[in-house]
Parts: sequence; C-alpha cells; structure tokens
Amino acid sequence: MRAAVRKIVGYAGAVAILLAGWQVLAMIVDSSALPGPAPALQTFGSLFFAALLPEAVVSAWRVVVSMALGTALAVPLGLVLGRSPRIDAVAAPLIFLTYPVPKIVFLPVLLVLFGIGSVPKIVLITLIVFFQILVTARDAARAIPPGSVLSVRSLGAGGAQVFRHVVVPAALPDVFTALRISTGTAIAVLFFSESIAGTDGIGYYIIDAWSRIAYRDMFAGIIAMAVLGVVLYELLEMAEARVCRWTRVGR
Amino acid sequence: MARVDVQGLSVTYEGVDRRVGALNALDLAIADGEPIAIIGPSGCGKSTLLLAVAGLVAPTSGSVRVGGEPVAGPRLHTALILQDFGLLPWKTVMHNAALGLEIRHVPAPERARRVAEALARVGLAEFAGAYPGELSGGMRQRLAVARALALEADLLLMDEPLSALDALTREDLQGLLLDIWRQRGHTSVLVTHSIEEAVYLGRRVVVLTPRPGRVAAIVENPEMGDDDFRDTPAFYERCAELRRLLAAEGAFGEGAS
Ligand SMILES: Nc1ncnc2c1ncn2[C@@H]1O[C@H](COP(=O)(O)OP(=O)(O)O)[C@@H](O)[C@H]1O
Ligand SMILES: [Mg+2]
Repeated sequence: MRAAVRKIVGYAGAVAILLAGWQVLAMIVDSSALPGPAPALQTFGSLFFAALLPEAVVSAWRVVVSMALGTALAVPLGLVLGRSPRIDAVAAPLIFLTYPVPKIVFLPVLLVLFGIGSVPKIVLITLIVFFQILVTARDAARAIPPGSVLSVRSLGAGGAQVFRHVVVPAALPDVFTALRISTGTAIAVLFFSESIAGTDGIGYYIIDAWSRIAYRDMFAGIIAMAVLGVVLYELLEMAEARVCRWTRVGR
Repeated sequence: MARVDVQGLSVTYEGVDRRVGALNALDLAIADGEPIAIIGPSGCGKSTLLLAVAGLVAPTSGSVRVGGEPVAGPRLHTALILQDFGLLPWKTVMHNAALGLEIRHVPAPERARRVAEALARVGLAEFAGAYPGELSGGMRQRLAVARALALEADLLLMDEPLSALDALTREDLQGLLLDIWRQRGHTSVLVTHSIEEAVYLGRRVVVLTPRPGRVAAIVENPEMGDDDFRDTPAFYERCAELRRLLAAEGAFGEGAS
C-alpha cells in the first residue's frame, strides 16, 4: 500500500517536472509549432473523444497485436535455439546476419504487397519485435545453470517438463525487459509507418494535422501517442510484477 | 530396497576437441540402508559417479545397478541433492518441495500431505509460501532435503550439499541429515570435501584416486551414528587416517604427496 502511494507521488512529481520543463521550452522557442502545456492539454481534452480516441484505438490495436504476435513467435523459437546446440548451429548464422538489418527499410515493399491498411504496419512491427525477443530468449535460455536442469531431470522430468519448470520461467524476466524496451521502438515504427502511408491511426492524425498547419491538433496527437507508449510500458511492468513475483522478493 | 552395485564403471566425456576420462573401471557396492561418504581430489569424478547412479550420465562402459535393476534413467525413489541450483527460484518453498511429486503426477491431495510432512520435518512449515530468495543458505538446503523426503526416497545422493554453508549452519545440517538417516534408514551416498563430514556421516568412507577416478581405499567407520562420536578419540583418529590417505592421492595439491 505504502509502495503504491510512493509510486503515485513519484509519478506526480515527474509529471510536474515535465510540465514545467515543457512550459519553459515553449516560452523559449516561442513558436506556434510548440504550444505550451496549457493550450496543448486543453486541445487534447476537447479533441479526445471526437478525434483522438478512435485513432488511438486503431494505433493501440496495431501495436498490441504486433507485439503479441512477435513475442508468441519469438519466445518458443528463441528458447529452443538456446537449449539445442544442434538447431542453434544452423539458425544462429541466419539470425546474426538478419538481426542487424534495419527492418524498417522493407516498409515500401510491405506497402506494395499489403496495401496501406493495418497489415503492412503489423508485419513490420512484428518483425522488429520478433528479432529483439528472439535474441533475448535465446541468450536467456543459454545462460540457465546446468545444475538447475540436472536437478529437475533427476526428479524424472522429460524435455517438455524441463521447459515448463525451468527454461520458460528462467527466461521470463529477460523477455519482459526486452518487451518493455521494444515498446519504444514499436511505437516509433508505428508512427513512421502510419505517417508514411495510411488513412488512420494517431501517426496519420499527427501528420495530417501538420499538413493542415493545425499545430494544436498536431500536438494533441503527439500527446496521445506519448500516452499510448507510457500506458503500454506500464501495463508490461504490471504484468511482469505479477508473472515474475520471485524477482521482487528478498530485497 | 536400494542396494547399489557399481561394476567396472568408466565414464568418458566427449569434449569439443578432447576426451576427458572422469571415471576408470570403478567398483563399489553399497548395502541397502548403508550410509556412505565419498571423498577424493577435486575433479576426480565424484559428481560423475553420483550422476551415473542417479541415471543422468550413461556409463561409457561398466554397469550401475540400484536395487538389482540396471539404471537406465532417473528412478522413482532416488533423490539427488546438489550444492546449488537444485532449487528453482521462481517456485515457492512448497512448490519446490512438491516438484518431484508433481513431475511424477502424484495426485494433489497426497502431494500436499507429503510436502507438508516433509517441510515440518525440516522446520520449514511456516515458510511454505516464501521463495528461495527469501531463505538463508541453511534453509535452502533444508528445503532440498524436504524435497527428497517428500519423494520418500530410499536412495539419497548428495553432491557436496553443505559446502556453501558457514561452519555452524553446516554442523546443524549434518545433525539433521544424521537424524533423518537414523529415522528412515535409507541408503545414503554423500560426496564431500570435508574429512570431518565424511567421518560424521559415512559408515564407510570411500577415497577416490585422481582423475580418472577409481577406488583408492575404503575406510571402515563403524562408530558412525553413535552419540557424541564427534567428541571421541576414535573420530580424530579416523580423520587423521583419511587425511593421510588423501595426501597419498595428492588431494592437497602438487608436491603435497
Ligand atoms: N559435462 C562434462 N563435459 C566434459 N567434461 C566434464 C563434464 N563434467 C565433468 N567433466 C570433467 O570430468 C572430470 C570429473 O568431473 P567431476 O565428476 O565433476 O569431478 P568432481 O566432482 O570429483 O570434482 C573433470 O575433469 C571435469 O572437468
Ligand atoms: Mg563435483
């Protein structure tokens, strides 16, 4: 309970500092492209239900589906690679050649193949999240102490039970960390792909407002996208605290 | 029934660019209900021997039998206790203790009963809902013992189980291991690098040669389990004898033998 209060106080303080910094910056820059917090939040409030929320729902859906898909594909594969030197020997060179390639350059290809709807955006973000989680899950599975596996095998566990009782839980904290880190990338790629081609989503809304020289609307969109990122990050952190309770004990 | 017969056991590990002979034609017979201690130079194959008896390492040649049956894999009533890592940090005390039963699909009510009994026996009943990260080193090893008790093991294999503990905690747990053995009469194989621990907990103490290990000597230790054995001259003499034997095997480093 006290921890929750402390967290709320911490967040309130951080928000106050950010708002103050924003206000100062807006006064220094003194341009209609950077409104101060008061007018920006006012616009945000007045546009919230009419314009922002529907777009935010579209964007949130895209990024959540992509991250879920990327994780669901990458975790099992990464864990198997990490535990099976033979499969890893085949797959590792492939991964290390493709991992550093910036997937975002394939966006034009995806647009040609899948049109300008949700599919190319989801494919692109899924791809990016997939690689980040894949590498993390693989490394986490490799780092499991042999003794942990041995002791569970001595209790009669077969391969599937070793995965269930040892490999999956051992890798979970690292996977969550990688997921939280990739929210930033995912939202950035979402903005980029929505702003380049499409007719909906917060990214589109921001760029559309920009082209209409509606800077207050544009800024309201920027706030919406920022909120989306913060909410995603916090949701992941809450899920991690629930699923990985043991990492928070004994401190 | 859990007599252990190891005959001509050799284990060779295939490394990346070399082969390591860990055990070489080792013979050892352990009677049902007998407590044995194994001691030998570092790297001589002690852990390998335990893993072979546990069915986790296959013999390169020779054979291992437990209760007359050739060991082909983990056995229902064999428990293995390791120094570290034996416990899973993401499972509570209760679930760690229940793990062997869960893997072997023991029904939940019986699982709960046996785990509660085992935790009470090692003094961890109040900590059933805690995680291993919240326990002291001694409590963690008690939990490892509880897991073996819950399995109703008739063969308890222990690989340097107490070597990470401070001296007082170690003595406390040695007492617990001895009590439990006196109570249950299971076959017990303890690998240790402590001479005193070997004499305290082994009715026979097996000394291994340097790698690849085989039996160098077996010291009979009939007073093991007597009350206050640790304070008798016989205890010190036994320790001195073992120290001489180990020195002869070069266990105390180069040039010591
Ligand atoms: N999985 C393994 N692969 C290769 N070599 C191993 C492996 N396990 C142990 N060894 C080697 O076998 C020898 C005996 O190891 P071990 O049984 O652990 O000895 P001890 O427990 O007596 O210290 C050592 O030289 C060790 O390096
Ligand atoms: Mg060892």
